[in-house]
Amino acid sequence: MSAIHTTLWHEEPEPGDAFAARRAHCRGYDVYGELVGRATWAEMLLLLWRGERPSPGDARLLEALAVALANPGPRDPSVHAAMCGGVGGSPAAASLMAALGVGAGRLGGGQEVALALQAWQSCGLDVSAWRRATAQPAPEHAGIWPKAEHAPGFDPHGRQCAGTVRQALAALAALSTGSHLPWLLAERDALEEAAGLPLSMTGVAAAALADLRLSPEQGEMLWLLLRLPGAAAHALEQHLAFKRFPFFEHEIEEHGAMETEPVYVPA
Amino acid sequence: MSRPDPRTEHIGRVRSRVGGLRADRRVRYRGRDLHAELKGVDWLDLYAFGITGRRFPAPQLRLMHALWVHTSYPDARIWNNRVAALAGSSRSNGNLGMAAALAVSEAHIYGRGNEVQAVAFFIRARRSLDHGATLEDCLGEEMQRHGRIAGYGRPLLEGDERIAPTMAVAASLGLDQGRHVQLAFDIDRQFAGLGKPLRMNYGGLVSAFGADLGFSPEQFALFMFPSFLAGMPPVYLDARSRPEGTLLPVPCETVLYEGPPPRAW
Repeated sequence: MSAIHTTLWHEEPEPGDAFAARRAHCRGYDVYGELVGRATWAEMLLLLWRGERPSPGDARLLEALAVALANPGPRDPSVHAAMCGGVGGSPAAASLMAALGVGAGRLGGGQEVALALQAWQSCGLDVSAWRRATAQPAPEHAGIWPKAEHAPGFDPHGRQCAGTVRQALAALAALSTGSHLPWLLAERDALEEAAGLPLSMTGVAAAALADLRLSPEQGEMLWLLLRLPGAAAHALEQHLAFKRFPFFEHEIEEHGAMETEPVYVPA
Repeated sequence: MSRPDPRTEHIGRVRSRVGGLRADRRVRYRGRDLHAELKGVDWLDLYAFGITGRRFPAPQLRLMHALWVHTSYPDARIWNNRVAALAGSSRSNGNLGMAAALAVSEAHIYGRGNEVQAVAFFIRARRSLDHGATLEDCLGEEMQRHGRIAGYGRPLLEGDERIAPTMAVAASLGLDQGRHVQLAFDIDRQFAGLGKPLRMNYGGLVSAFGADLGFSPEQFALFMFPSFLAGMPPVYLDARSRPEGTLLPVPCETVLYEGPPPRAW
């Protein structure tokens, strides 16, 4: 009853101290005796997530994806949330929790990436399947997340595919060891036409994560993790700088739609 | 290093002084039966009992309710609330948004970081004054210790609209003359007399009440943890009810870059 079961981590105790590890193995590899100083961060992530030492190509792709996702920039809601922690002097963990809490959702968040990865699983490299999926999304069961309001991987308010998204797609597709990124690069126009929306960074990331053979759940975790460096940096930059941080205008609409709450109607 | 390891005897079991579910399916909470002795009690009463191990009289509980009510602002601009609202706009889920916003509420210049220092200061200063120190001594020592007098001054505004209604509630309950609250106003008058822009803020007032109610700084931080919460679900839901991504959209040109010019890697 009190044992933890794992396939990814094994520690041998020091003689005479059951709580001090003499050696730690990750998926069989000696972490502190062999991996530290030899394996890269990207290789370690893929070893943890997928269980095997990745090919140099896969590691290079994840390394490049990590750079692409490292900083969504201060306009991104998750980074904005982290800066809200920094500006008031909240703990470091609170700023990162804010970035995670806001960056987890179905607009530009971890959930959108997971849905986009599910779309890759169901539509594959078939434009007509993407056309059907975006025209008639699968019904969602009641759950803790708001219902998706746009095709995952696309920007619901975009007028054109942003240059940064196009650059990321081209750079990552050039490093791809799979089929999703190159296909997305070739078929972007057709997919954008099917969705009626321009491709977003979540769509590029999902294709890269699919090329790395990661599941929607694994991809969601990586998306959340890989965007934290920028949130941290911006939170640090705004530390107690509240006099220069926007407080924005306020307009109270007391006769708006919130006066009468929508009645929940079960589907 | 042959000293005994205190972890050894705890392997595989939780030892609890505060309760839990027993084998006979009775739930103990701080030595009471949750579903018998505590059946149907006010939630805040239970919450404060869980933190301190003591039950507060009804007038104090009413004041403690007011301490939370008066700082429940459904205003999405406020930094911690903004996190909750951004979660709604980004179509994250409500619990994640609330949890993140409450974590951010532990800030240095407002919320828990402000209150913890203020409670500790009021308790320490009251004791020093009782032993013959002057208010100037206490303020000087606190400035040396923390570089500020927590509970005084407000980041973006001067004065605090929450103080008068809270004092009115306290007066109606006969709880407005506590020694720490009186000290808090003495300091406020001192700053006002010196013309400093350091009037008492709400964190200062609630912390003085916290000291009067017998909370330690750590207990008071736990007690005040949900104090902003009632303002958060409304801003989350308001943002949820509007088109996704429309809370505080930031165009490129409103980010003023002040770093180095473009250069090659």
